[in-house]
Amino acid sequence: MPLAPLSLSLTVFSRKIVTNNPCLFQRLGEYGRTDFVLDPIDLPIVLCLNPNDGLPKVKLTRRQTEGTARISGPMAALLGLVHGAFDGDALFFSRDLVVEGDTGAALALRNAIDDAELDLAQEAAALSGPFARPLQQLIALAERQTGLYLTRPEDAAIW
Amino acid sequence: MVMEIVCPAGTPAALRAAVKAGAHTVYCGFNDETNARNFPGLNFNRSEMRDGVAFAHARGAKVLVAINTFPRAGDEAIWHRAVGDAEACGADAVILADLGLLDHASRNHPGLRRHLSVQAAAANADVINFYAGTFGVRRVVLPRVLSVPEIAAINAEAEVETEVFVFGGLCVMAEGRCSLSSYATGLSPNMNGVCSPASHVEYNEDQGVLDARLGGYLIHRVDRGEPAPYPTLCKGCFSAGEKAGHLFEDPVSLNAERLIPQLQKAGVTALKIEGRQRSKSYVAQVVRNFRAAVDALEARRPMPEGMLARLSEGQAMTTGAYKKTWR
Repeated sequence: MPLAPLSLSLTVFSRKIVTNNPCLFQRLGEYGRTDFVLDPIDLPIVLCLNPNDGLPKVKLTRRQTEGTARISGPMAALLGLVHGAFDGDALFFSRDLVVEGDTGAALALRNAIDDAELDLAQEAAALSGPFARPLQQLIALAERQTGLYLTRPEDAAIW
Repeated sequence: MVMEIVCPAGTPAALRAAVKAGAHTVYCGFNDETNARNFPGLNFNRSEMRDGVAFAHARGAKVLVAINTFPRAGDEAIWHRAVGDAEACGADAVILADLGLLDHASRNHPGLRRHLSVQAAAANADVINFYAGTFGVRRVVLPRVLSVPEIAAINAEAEVETEVFVFGGLCVMAEGRCSLSSYATGLSPNMNGVCSPASHVEYNEDQGVLDARLGGYLIHRVDRGEPAPYPTLCKGCFSAGEKAGHLFEDPVSLNAERLIPQLQKAGVTALKIEGRQRSKSYVAQVVRNFRAAVDALEARRPMPEGMLARLSEGQAMTTGAYKKTWR
């Protein structure tokens, strides 16, 4: 699958998320233009994210990529973190999550995302117009089949 | 009376999670060097603090603002402003450590309740009563180096409420006086609000072996599959001669859940959970667990079984100094 169109889609998606969650990247402070590498170790791609002071850029690549801070872990752990289902320190203690490079930058990103209370499925549905409902059903099915946190868990939603 | 659960919040989301999970009280700090968890991406700006206090008050919970670092000479105004802003935001109390700041708060904000931070390392009844008599301190957070009988002895003579840590990161030093972090990084929790600042921490994993460096010094090396610790010097692994080991304390978390009945008998008013640097997921799980424990105690039901090991540093727990079983 060509990664360039996917990268473009993810860039548009991330900008929509920032529009809906304006505080998200404010928490990054001095790390607002940092190159983050998010490495789901069970997938053959890595995701490079630069918050670009609120106009984020996302690039997918199959190569090992250098960044200021790298966060590696199973896709399940990374998605669980984004959706507030897991505690980042607990994943670090259990060695499910590895942080390399600028630890301060990685910490800032983790804290910003934890505070944002994101739900990627809801964000995607909001972009899908008339396809929102079937998309949500598809995501719910995928969540049940894979066990991944593709949405913010019910428990987290009531906090 | 049910024991008060005092819960950490590093972000507004964590504050909401804590309140929803049943915290009686939440403590947090401003996003600057006035509090001892001055980490990247953490803490509250003034507007968030105002909203957080309103959220908590609407649900019957209190908010304490930690202003518990020691003001830098010439920059005292930063700390003075923090106390004034905490009062303006509607905080129920401020948690202070510095004598000068306590004096400033008692003179200029007499209506604002004052708690003494663990950073003041007040570990006997005489000094606690001095803080109470001189600065109107109403509650003291006791250092994590006291046993339960010592806490009972303090409460027998102290004129104010006491609060003790029951869960989370275990600081084994005389808090507010520990300079270990400064030796390796030039920054400390006392002056800069950071123990082992993230900017000076470096991890490297190679072939499953994880190295942790602080200020360039290797302080941990853990093999594949072994739990990772926080990169603090007090839990570091040191070599001397032929021996290598944890000199001060193993990388473990405090969990005094089982000691709650004894702490209540010792006269403790409030139970504090450490972890403003942790996620809202941690906050919600730990608060639920401890709220269930104190409610069970109050209702004279058996204490529920805790499920907190996986949230703990090194995935291991200790009752710390409360039982005085350290080597």
